[in-house]
Amino acid sequence: MSMLELRRVSRSYGQGDAEVHALREVSLTADEGEMVAVMGPSGSGKSTLLTIAGTLEEPTSGEVLIAGQPVSKASRNTKARLRRRVIGYVFQDFNLLPGLTAAENVSLPLELDGVSARKARVPGLRGLERLGLRERAAHYPDQLSGGERQRVAIARAMVGERRLLLADEPSGALDSTNAQAVMRLLLDACKVGGMTAVVVTHDAQLASWADRVVFLRDGQVTDQTAAAPGPESLFTQERNQ
Amino acid sequence: MSVRHALLALLSEGPKYGLQLREEFETRTGDVWPLNGGQVYTTLQRLERDGLAESDGTGEEGPRKGFRITAEGERELARWLRTPPDLSSPPRDELVMKILVALYVPSADVHAVIQAHRRYLVELMQQWTRIKEYDAGGDWTMSLAIDAELFRLDGVARWLDAAEARVNRAATEGATTWADQASPRNQTRAPLPRQWREMRVRR
Repeated sequence: MSMLELRRVSRSYGQGDAEVHALREVSLTADEGEMVAVMGPSGSGKSTLLTIAGTLEEPTSGEVLIAGQPVSKASRNTKARLRRRVIGYVFQDFNLLPGLTAAENVSLPLELDGVSARKARVPGLRGLERLGLRERAAHYPDQLSGGERQRVAIARAMVGERRLLLADEPSGALDSTNAQAVMRLLLDACKVGGMTAVVVTHDAQLASWADRVVFLRDGQVTDQTAAAPGPESLFTQERNQ
Repeated sequence: MSVRHALLALLSEGPKYGLQLREEFETRTGDVWPLNGGQVYTTLQRLERDGLAESDGTGEEGPRKGFRITAEGERELARWLRTPPDLSSPPRDELVMKILVALYVPSADVHAVIQAHRRYLVELMQQWTRIKEYDAGGDWTMSLAIDAELFRLDGVARWLDAAEARVNRAATEGATTWADQASPRNQTRAPLPRQWREMRVRR
């Protein structure tokens, strides 16, 4: 079943001569348990695609379905509830609240959804631990490195029973080792936990973790990778050379 | 990597039989480089002839003959490890040539050509990443070798991104192409960099 479906989604800004088409009739699906990477150069519409998929922005035309339900015309409250319970979003600039500790930032979506601070703290700390930040739980964002802030943002996006994770350059501030660890964590969440992830990146190495890579250019999907053949094919190729 | 130095490296761990050397060589190269027995024994005989290894003196040829590295062999191995391979000349890269050629073929859509190669690279990288995650089985030396291939492919993918950005910029600025500049009638206007001229001559 498709956890996320974009049907001929377009988004434009401005009018007349100043009109800019950020997305043009983009159709995309991501199934349960699937990790999809979206690659493209700057200005290709990657971030716009993600904000529309995350109900943070409305398409000019087309439809977005989350778990089979159309959301473009849903009320603000319904969308907010979806973002608290179903969709986890990792922003490029993290969007952590500076007055809250790392643990409080991670627990926040649960608290906003009515869970008591005491109860929300447990999954919050567990999330930090999965990202190797348990000992940084009491630190405020300005006491953390860029890479640590990014991992806190990822922990916050995954806390609770989120089924759809949307991540905009989730490893931009991380070194190669930590970036790989984050991608491994996201892949595990998909394969073991049944989560669906859509990851926007310009980095081919990170995109290679995904089940499928979709290429975006000038606001349009231009291509995607085929289903990956088994790894044994590489050895067969080498032997045949 | 030469089989000769790979065998010396295996012998530097301690004395080994010919059969053992062959099996260890294949295991440590991830079974992607099968050796036949004759290749191993011939190389061992040459190492012995050159004083880099010595046999256990049993006189028995074949898989059960034991070998150990000599002091001269240790020195040769150390020298080889520290000698950088010759990377001074850019390799003849078929992918680079195809993109450059596509620039001059009127019917070619350069973006489509670049994308076809980019997709192939990413698909290869997906396969290597899966091998690293699921099949390496905690063998960190195999993961290290796969990382090297991933970084190499990533470098090519980045070059494709840069090439596409240059193509876009050239289209908007009406810039002349590399071939335009290389044309003899334009030599006075924009000569090629010296290293490119030399490289063309070498090829």
